[in-house]
Amino acid sequence: MKQGAAKSLRAFAAELAIYAVLVTGYFFLVLHLLGNWLYQLETQHRVLYAIVAILLIAGQAVVLDAVTTVLFRLLRRSWR
Amino acid sequence: MFFPISNSHINPVYLVVVGFVIGILGGFFGVGGSFIAGPALRLMGVDWNYAVGTDLAHIVGKSIVAARKHRTLGNVDLKLGMIMALGTIAGAEGGAQLIQALKRAGNVNTVVSWVAIVVYLGISIFMLWESYTTLRLHKGRSRRTVSDVKAVESKADHSAFGPVTKKIQRMKIWPMISLPTSGIQISLWTILVVAVVGGFFSGFLGGGAGYIRMPSMVYVLGVPTHLAVGTDLFEIIISASYGTFSHAIKGNVDILIALVMHTGAVIGAQIGVVATQYFAGPKIRLAFVPLPLIGAAIVIYTLVTGHKF
Repeated sequence: MKQGAAKSLRAFAAELAIYAVLVTGYFFLVLHLLGNWLYQLETQHRVLYAIVAILLIAGQAVVLDAVTTVLFRLLRRSWR
Repeated sequence: MFFPISNSHINPVYLVVVGFVIGILGGFFGVGGSFIAGPALRLMGVDWNYAVGTDLAHIVGKSIVAARKHRTLGNVDLKLGMIMALGTIAGAEGGAQLIQALKRAGNVNTVVSWVAIVVYLGISIFMLWESYTTLRLHKGRSRRTVSDVKAVESKADHSAFGPVTKKIQRMKIWPMISLPTSGIQISLWTILVVAVVGGFFSGFLGGGAGYIRMPSMVYVLGVPTHLAVGTDLFEIIISASYGTFSHAIKGNVDILIALVMHTGAVIGAQIGVVATQYFAGPKIRLAFVPLPLIGAAIVIYTLVTGHKF
């Protein structure tokens, strides 16, 4: 039982580390690329901005959820 | 990092950590976490109208992750969630309109701050009384059930407010709705009133208003706490999406801040959902008590000192 918990914790720590790297890359790539465009959109086309905002956050949720699930599954399998 | 939409400078690490903490709370309590996120954004110098709208956008993403996890654990009543979403949207629009009126009047920060303090304190005091009384009443019984039991058994719920809930459920106002997943039958109007009130505070104070809706689902509708948490999150996806759209059109959403906060929330939400399986309903409600108090403390601090970091 304790061994299982230690494995889960180790997998989670590794997941966090990989996730942190991915998120850092994400900040620089996506936010810097989209920043200006979103700012322009917000000031000039509010309705389009509202739609894009919802799509972006929902899309990010689905993608990041999938990434964390896959990461966790892979790490657990490799430690078994 | 500079966020041009809301014209604010915020450290992204701060946003990720705030998102992570709110993610855990959201997954565990079924709340959007606006009582933390709103004040946390205010502390960074973001105006209340941006804090409210941006928080809603971040909640959409976090709720998608947490609700998906709760669904796999059987904690979502889809029928109840769909009905509540209708009432919440109507209420949220009312709340957003009031924010707009206060913005025009120029006192949005003061009014929202005071309302937030009263609501947060009220919820905390009531839930402290109820969960403490329930735990004391069922001390012997809970010792028997908690010792070795599977998570499913801990979903059986007790509440010191139960007699009032039963009276509400006995009000036969047509049309009556049967909710087999939650194990209750109740008037459609009762569900809608709970949803409209929750929606109003969602639009007015920001977030999914889970700090009002989750307790209301337990105490007014009689939904078991675990199902209230999961269903609330599902309902929040729909209502917060509408709220985000509405606030974005009014120029109250900085989606860049929301995206950064959400990266931390994804991990936190998954941890929070798994943790619900190890606690009984009254304990979840008792653990909930300090959260609105923290929100109230932050708002009072900001109001008194006018301090912006």
